[in-house]
This record gives sequence, structure tokens and C-alpha cells, in this order.
Amino acid sequence: MTARLDLDPALVTRARELAACAAQPVVDLARAHTTVSVERAVLRLAGLTGTDPVTGDGDRREGTARDGTATDRVPWVNRVVDAVRDQVGLEHGVALPVWHALASGAAPDLQAVAEQVGAGTARFVVPTGAGAERARDAARAAVAAGLARVDANRARREELVARLGDAPRRPWVYLIVATGDIHEDIPQAQAAARAGADVIAVIRSTGQSLLDYVPEGATRTGYAGTYATQENFRLMRAALDDVSAELGRYVRLTNYASGLCMPEIAVLAGLERLDMMLNDAMYGILFRDINPRRTFVDQRFSRMVHARAGIVINTGEDNYLTTADAVDEAHTVTVSQLLNETLAKEAGLEDWQLGLGHAFEIDPDLPDSFRLELAHALLARSLFPDAPLKWMPPTKHMTGDVFRGYLLDGFFNLAGALTGQGILLVGMMTEAVVTPWLSDRDLALRNVRYVLDAAGGLVEDFAPPPGGFIDRRADSVLREAVALLERIADHPQGLIQAIADGTFGITRRPPDGGKGLDGVVALTAEAYNPALELLEAVRA
Amino acid sequence: MPDGIDVVRPYGDTTGDGMVQLSFTLPVPPGPRAEGAALQLAGKMGIAPAMVVHSHGIGGGGGGGAAFTFFVVYGPVRHLVDLAAVQVEERAYPLLSPGEVDGAIRAGLHRQLVVLGACIGTDAHTVGIDAILNIKGFAGEKGLEYHREMRVANLGAQVTVPELVARARAERADAVLVSQVVTQRDAHLRNTRELAAAFREAMGEARPLLVVGGPRFDPAMAAELGVDRVFGRGTTPGEVASYLVHALIGSRRPDTPAPEDP
Ligand code: B12
Repeated sequence: MTARLDLDPALVTRARELAACAAQPVVDLARAHTTVSVERAVLRLAGLTGTDPVTGDGDRREGTARDGTATDRVPWVNRVVDAVRDQVGLEHGVALPVWHALASGAAPDLQAVAEQVGAGTARFVVPTGAGAERARDAARAAVAAGLARVDANRARREELVARLGDAPRRPWVYLIVATGDIHEDIPQAQAAARAGADVIAVIRSTGQSLLDYVPEGATRTGYAGTYATQENFRLMRAALDDVSAELGRYVRLTNYASGLCMPEIAVLAGLERLDMMLNDAMYGILFRDINPRRTFVDQRFSRMVHARAGIVINTGEDNYLTTADAVDEAHTVTVSQLLNETLAKEAGLEDWQLGLGHAFEIDPDLPDSFRLELAHALLARSLFPDAPLKWMPPTKHMTGDVFRGYLLDGFFNLAGALTGQGILLVGMMTEAVVTPWLSDRDLALRNVRYVLDAAGGLVEDFAPPPGGFIDRRADSVLREAVALLERIADHPQGLIQAIADGTFGITRRPPDGGKGLDGVVALTAEAYNPALELLEAVRA
Repeated sequence: MPDGIDVVRPYGDTTGDGMVQLSFTLPVPPGPRAEGAALQLAGKMGIAPAMVVHSHGIGGGGGGGAAFTFFVVYGPVRHLVDLAAVQVEERAYPLLSPGEVDGAIRAGLHRQLVVLGACIGTDAHTVGIDAILNIKGFAGEKGLEYHREMRVANLGAQVTVPELVARARAERADAVLVSQVVTQRDAHLRNTRELAAAFREAMGEARPLLVVGGPRFDPAMAAELGVDRVFGRGTTPGEVASYLVHALIGSRRPDTPAPEDP
């Protein structure tokens, strides 16, 4: 039972058509290009792991794990893709030259190819004719093995949810841990799960988005977050499996597929059974100044992997409201949700996998601020009835007055309950002061529990009258959104131009600016990516 | 405070009752021992007699018991506050209106004052520096870009220190404004020291005025960090503009550097 507004159906249809049209140039761009990270993701799916031991600053540097592995050591996947690029270019993809080397007997396995790259003895050529056929078959088989592991993880998740039980109710209670040290994060995450969290997100270290490689190993030295590494993923998932068994409900794990390594992190998430991933079409562009083209190519691939892995994505519309005004720019959130939806579906994600983001960020000093929040939240709920929706707490207007902050978080929780949100990110009263303390998290969960126990069922009774304040506000935001989509769709470059114009989060990002553009390569007609082929085959 | 009362105590509901409230967590399982521990801590903080008005365990539920206890404590604090001994960082320069700022630059510099702004390191929080620089401004005051007599370049976030030094040199910047919001593991202090060292090394005495800001900075730390000025929470663009005039024009720096300290 969900609260709904009766939105003008013609307007809703128009909004979706326009979003698809505005996003088309992005899809075309993504299909015609590859990136270094997409190619590295292919190698990861084929099982290539580890780092080149002669790279990195080792223990002398920040970012070094205590067990001696350095987070700045270059992964083999980077070394191989760079070598292929240097020798024959990436416009055919990495699979043809690499599996040609394997099929022609130059190396017994992928790891050996990597070591030859390390030794400087690898020689790559792009095969043609029967050689290409042979390389394609071998590459397909290798990547299929990785996808089989992703499939097995999806099945295992479904089995665990069925056997242990799922989160007891909606919204799922989502909590962040962020100590920088995976061995510190684990007990905190387990404590949070015992205290009622259904979803644990491990927020990443500042700066990881801009690393053009994925660090390796268990790490203890992140800033304001913990590095996303395959080993950290594995350790945390195992710890949450333990606590899930103890609690009799499956506790989900979330991380971030964003930044320059989005496709690889998506693959690692699939390989290590993460359950949800932050994955926004524009966040990296707007808030990390990552090149738009790079983002869109990486994005599509990563979402196809998430689709296959049964992962729920979370989009980042809430972030716009930290730099733009939540009332004036409310329609940009709706526009972005529609764009994220259309791009996600194109990549094969289904409605139940779309944790579209929105947030409680209206200035609390504004009269009727809570009614406006309810209108915006119900608009999203009504526009995307089958998507889980990620409801984000107040941050921008949180201050050092933690008492007022606690009250505001209570109202945020209430709005989430009333409007039937799917995933509730727990707000901290100390948001403006510190990264959360143990007690902050505990108090925040008490707040959530009280509100959901006291008022969770109100979603059944809450039906704002047609023509009332909430209904009218939702309608006017939707109309503004459609008007903006019309302007975006009007431009031949669609969304790409809108981002350059500063439409979202009042931040301008031109298509050729930002970081990572040099990692984007236009594909030739003969290019081959076994992962894309296998992922697309399922959907056809 | 020349006349009136110099010595005060916290105010609960009557003058001089000294009442305070505080909350904290101890790594002790809940129970009488934990409460005793909380009382001991409160006592050492000068609260006597302290009352633990609330406590609960954290980290329990499900399996093992709680390993931590959260407390809310009330009580009168013995300490007195001597208002005469309070020290505040006084603003050593007058607050100017935007017109006065432009007037002072025109008269004192005979050219536009060049300001560069950025967030350095991996910090991506730009709202603070934007509040100071962008026309839109902050707290009803227009940002520095509003000034006709200033040329402002806002380089945005994730700018490296070498990039910033190069830009400052190329643009002949009079002042470089840097924002630092993330403070975990003292990232803001380390980055600021790195900034100061890089400018010192690259430009010596001819370096531009270095100003840093962010919500968790202590304005008294400028000298220690090697910069000229530190601004904290709630800074307004007008304060910054007034300071720039004071530092760059009022005191003739940097044309005639002050004599070296012995
Ligand atoms: C908005 C926001 C974001 C946005 C930033 C968008 C953007 N383009 O700026 C987004 C969503 C991207 C973001 C991301 C992160 N954030 Co954030 N964010 C905030 C938030 C909610 C508000 C900050 C803000 O805009 N304040 C408003 C401005 C106007 O205030 P201000 O910055 O203090 O600036 C004023 C003064 O300090 C001063 N000032 C500031 N700079 C300068 C410079 C000069 C030269 C001068 C003179 C004055 C000056 O003047 C300004 C006007 O008065 C705060 C929480 C909060 N409510 O404070 C968290 C917060 C700052 N974020 C935090 C963290 C940890 C992060 C992340 C690192 C999390 C992660 N691990 O991913 C990421 C990573 C970003 C990165 N790489 O740096 C922490 C920082 C904790 C700490 N002290 O270390 C906070 C406090 C939240 C928390 N409690 O955990 N964040």
C-alpha cells in the first residue's frame, strides 16, 4: 500500500518520451566508444588480479596497508591495458590482442601475459580472419567464467534472503560506516546491523574517484572513508554474512561505482556479492569533475554489470540540492531521476533495481517547508511507483545545533514513512560537525525506530486531497521538469549540452573538460568486447 | 568588561547554579560500574554532584551484550568563568563596505587586485569558497567577484598545489584563497602546510597573500600553519574583502616587505 498522487498521465508520458530523447545522444556516444576502465573490467571478469610488484611507493607512502601491500601499486589489469594501447591501440578492444597472444601460444594464461608485460617482453597484435575468430572464442569463454561467478552470487543472495529472511519492513534502513580502516569498519558495521540497519554502505576515501586504478588488498588508511578494493568488499560481505545469520535477516552491503574506475568496481561488486551500488549518471561529472564522455561510457557498462548481478543501484540526485536550492531547483531532481531511469533501463536494469535518489534539503526556516518536502517526495513516489527510491536526509541545513538537527531528522524519517520510500539513509544530528560517532549512529537509529514503529503504517492513511497544497506543488514541479526536458531534448547533443550549460547542481561541465578524457577511445567496426556481447545477449 | 560582573557561572534556572549538561560514551558495558565510571569522569570535569540522568548500552541487540554505554549527565560545575581573562581574536582591521573596498584598491593599487581561489588536495567541497567568491555571495553579502576592482579566478575543486602555484605566478595573483573542509586525520592542516611550503619555496618573499578557510579551522593558527590569515565558520565575503584591503594596501605589503625578524 503506497501513497500516490494522481499525476496528469499525459504529462507523465511526455516526460518519459522527452527523457529518452534527451538521453539518446549519451547512449549513442557510449555504444561508439570504450575506455581504459571498461577494458580493464573485461580482464577482471576474465580473472586477472594482482599488482605489478615493482610499482608503487610501498611502505613509505600514505595509503599503505599495514600488511605491506601498497594501495598505490599498479594492478596488472592497468599494465596490460596500457601495454595493448601503446602497441596496437585500444580501438579494437583489449580482448582481441590479449587472447590472440594466448591462443597463439605466446603465454599459457592471462597471468603469464601480465608478467610478460611486466618484463617488457609481451608483443601484441590485432588478429584478423580465423585468428580473430579464435581469439574471440577464447575471450568469450574466459569472460563467461567471470559472469558465471556473478550469476552464482546473485543466486546465493536470493537463497540467503529466502533462508534467513529479508529486511523486516520498508523503508530499508541504510547506514554509512567510514573509518578509513576496513578492520575498524567491520565491527562498526556489525554493531549497526545489530542495532537495526538493513543496509550498510562503506563510503570511500576522498580522492579514490580520481584514481585511475583500483587499489588492491585490505586497507587501513583512507581519508573520510575506506578504499573500495576487492579484498575489502570480500571481508565486509563475509562479516555481514555472519551477522545476517546471527540476526536471521539478510543484511545488504553497498559501495560506490563511481569515479574513473566505475566499470571495474561494478565487476568487483558482482564478483564479491555486493547488493546495492551508488551509480549515478552525472555525479562524477558534476561533483568530481570527471569528463562527461568518460563517465557515460563507463556508466553504461557498469550498469549492465549491475543489471546482471541483481544489484540495486542508488542514484545521486540528493547531491544537487547541496549546491542548488531545494525549492527553486526541485524540478532538476525530477529531470535527473527520469534521465537516470531511462539510461538504467537502456542498460538492462529493471524497476526494482532503481533506487532513484531524492532528499529532504529544503531550508527549514522556509514556511511550509515540511509540506513542500512531502510534495516532492510524493511526486517521486508517484512518478516511479515500482522503484524502491532512496530517501536522503537533511545535510545542507544541518548546523552545530545538534538538538535542532535531531528534530529535523525526525521529520525526515516521518516524511519517508508517510510517502512510502524504499531506502532510508539514516540522518545524523552531527552532520555539520563530525563524521558520525558511535553514539550519533545509535541515537539516529533510535530516531528511525521510533518514527517507523509509531507512524510507519500511516502510509495507508496519507492521501493528500486533489487540488490541495501538496497536489498542486507536485504538479507544478512536474510541469517545470517537463519544460526543462523539452529544452534539453531540443538540443542535438541533449543531456551532454545540458550538463555543459550548468543545468544540474548549478555546475557547468563541458564535454571535453574534466579528468579522464584521455582514457576514452572510439571503437572500430571490428572491435570486440566479450563482456558486452554476453551481457547484451541475455537481454536480446 | 569594565563594569558589571566579571565572574560568572553557567545558568540553569537560577543565577549562579552552575548547571551544565553533557553527553558521552564510555567503552564499558552498561550497569552500575559504567554509571560509576561516568560519575567519576564528570567529577574530574568539575561537575559535582553529578547526576547520570540517562544511560543506555550501545552495540547490543542480537548476539553479545553491549560493549559501550552512552550517558547524559547533569550537574553543577564548580569552575568559575573569569570574563576579564577571556581572549578573543580581535579583528585588527575595519569592516569596509563594497564601495569602500573598491575605492581603497583604486586609490592604493592603481590596478585590479588579483584573487585566485581553489580547494586543494582531494577536497571537493566548493560551496564555502563559492560563498566567498561568487557574485551570489553569502549571508546577504555579495562575493568578491562583485567588486569592479578585483579580478577573481575561482579554480574550483581538487586543484593540486603545484597547479595553484603555477597559476598564481601566471596570473600575478595578489592573494590566493584556499578552502579546506575535510578534516579527518587533520587533512586540512597537512594540506595547508604543504601549500605554505610550496609557495615559500617557489616564490619566497614575493609570494601572494595566503588565506585559508573552512568550518573547522581555528583562526588563531595562521602563523603556525605558515599562512597570512585563517577564516572559520560563518565567514562573510565582506570580512575577507576588508582583510585583503588591510593586508595588501593598508600595510603596503607586498611591495615593501617588512624587515626580517631577527
Ligand atoms: C555539501 C556537502 C557535500 C557536497 C559538496 C558539494 C560541493 N560542490 O561543495 C558533496 C555531496 C559532494 C559532499 C561530499 C563529501 N563530503 Co560533504 N558535506 C557537505 C555538507 C552537507 C555541507 C557543506 C557546505 O556546503 N556548507 C556550506 C558552506 C557555505 O559552509 P562552509 O564550507 O563552512 O564555508 C564557510 C566557512 O567555513 C568559510 N570558508 C570555507 N572555505 C573558505 C575559504 C576561504 C578562503 C575563506 C576566506 C573562507 C572559507 O566561509 C564559508 C561561508 O561562511 C557538510 C555537512 C554540513 N552541514 O556542514 C558535509 C561534510 C563537510 N562532508 C563531509 C564528508 C566526509 C564528505 C565526503 C568526504 C564523504 C565521502 N567519504 O565520500 C565526500 C567527499 C568529497 C570530497 N572529495 O571532498 C564531512 C566532513 C567531515 C570532516 N570534518 O572531515 C561533513 C562535515 C559531513 C559529515 N558530518 O560527515 N559533501
